[in-house]
Amino acid sequence: MCETCGCNITPGNKDTESGKAAVEVLHSLLHENDHQAAHNRQHFDQHQTLAINLMSSPGSGKTALLEHTIDKLGDQLNIAVIEGDLETENDANRIRDKGAPAVQITTGSACHLDAHMVHDGLHQLELDGVDILFIENVGNLVCPASFDLGHHKNVTLLSSTEGDDKPSKYPVMFRAADLMLITKADLLEVLDDFDTDKATENFRQLAKQDPVLTVSSKKGSGMDEWINWLKSSLTDYREKLAAGKTQQPAIQSDGAAMHSHDHAHHSHGHAHVHSHES
Amino acid sequence: MHELAVCQDIITQVEQLAIEHKAKAIHSINLEIGPLSGVEAALLKAAFPIASAGTVAENAQLEITAIAVTVNCNICHKQSQAAANKLICEHCGSWQTRLVTGDEMVLKRIEMDT
Repeated sequence: MCETCGCNITPGNKDTESGKAAVEVLHSLLHENDHQAAHNRQHFDQHQTLAINLMSSPGSGKTALLEHTIDKLGDQLNIAVIEGDLETENDANRIRDKGAPAVQITTGSACHLDAHMVHDGLHQLELDGVDILFIENVGNLVCPASFDLGHHKNVTLLSSTEGDDKPSKYPVMFRAADLMLITKADLLEVLDDFDTDKATENFRQLAKQDPVLTVSSKKGSGMDEWINWLKSSLTDYREKLAAGKTQQPAIQSDGAAMHSHDHAHHSHGHAHVHSHES
Repeated sequence: MHELAVCQDIITQVEQLAIEHKAKAIHSINLEIGPLSGVEAALLKAAFPIASAGTVAENAQLEITAIAVTVNCNICHKQSQAAANKLICEHCGSWQTRLVTGDEMVLKRIEMDT
């Protein structure tokens, strides 16, 4: 493995002048995305901004959670939001109405945010003084899990109306979670088929030791625990920065692992070539 | 359906490697995919001709090696195979395991005409 840039390319032999050559690459399939994500992460780190990627199905209450989070935390910490949706400025407007800066990314028909879209969104957002940036991903339990955005933590929401077996049905998404947040807890008393213990057990079966919290944005239950999780995540993150490190989501794609080095030192120029003269 | 986006990323990488190695054409592209990568091999194969059209990889063979899910138990320290949505140790039944293989999405190797 290459120790110079850490991107797992073995040192190259000489290229052949003619014939066939095989190149051992060992890059993530999302190498381009991951490279951009590393750049985004450096940008966040320069501003000491903790970036949290919120993922869930459409309609699980991501924006409502953010509205109530800004209500509770807005006077203590500076919060900004990047909103991802296929269309409309609605969610960004809801955040702005709460007094926090928001950038809306409309993806057209793309089912997820990628690192390039977030980078473009960052050009419209002043990060100076921002403590926590929430990136509200496109509502989708499949694709967003595969794309590193440069964020530091993943939070996956599971609303009580969706069914407690969602972690078993969408293991890639729930494996990515640093925190699983069961939302719309106020409906639990009328939804007798959603069992929070079962949802937690299905999450644990993905080898997840990470915390599970149950909240109701509408009634306010569980919000204090959520706020505490945010505050302690911010403290942990800044302690890591002070020690000269950064933070990545606990479960990261191969690509993010390969890009855990300073991306500025990256080089594409030394793939390992075996010649097959023909 | 993000496999097209994944394919486009692969093509960008392959085009770069082709330039670096002065390749005239790409023969084959070998990937390793695990079920916990979130990428579906069949959909990648379907998306590949669209992403590669008009590029140096247009006629390349896309070869995909499927990787099984294996976990290492934090409690009994034995290794076992597991289902993608049940990463349980088959020896002691613990869920406190660590994924060893199964989340790969790796561009492993390409063959080219130089």
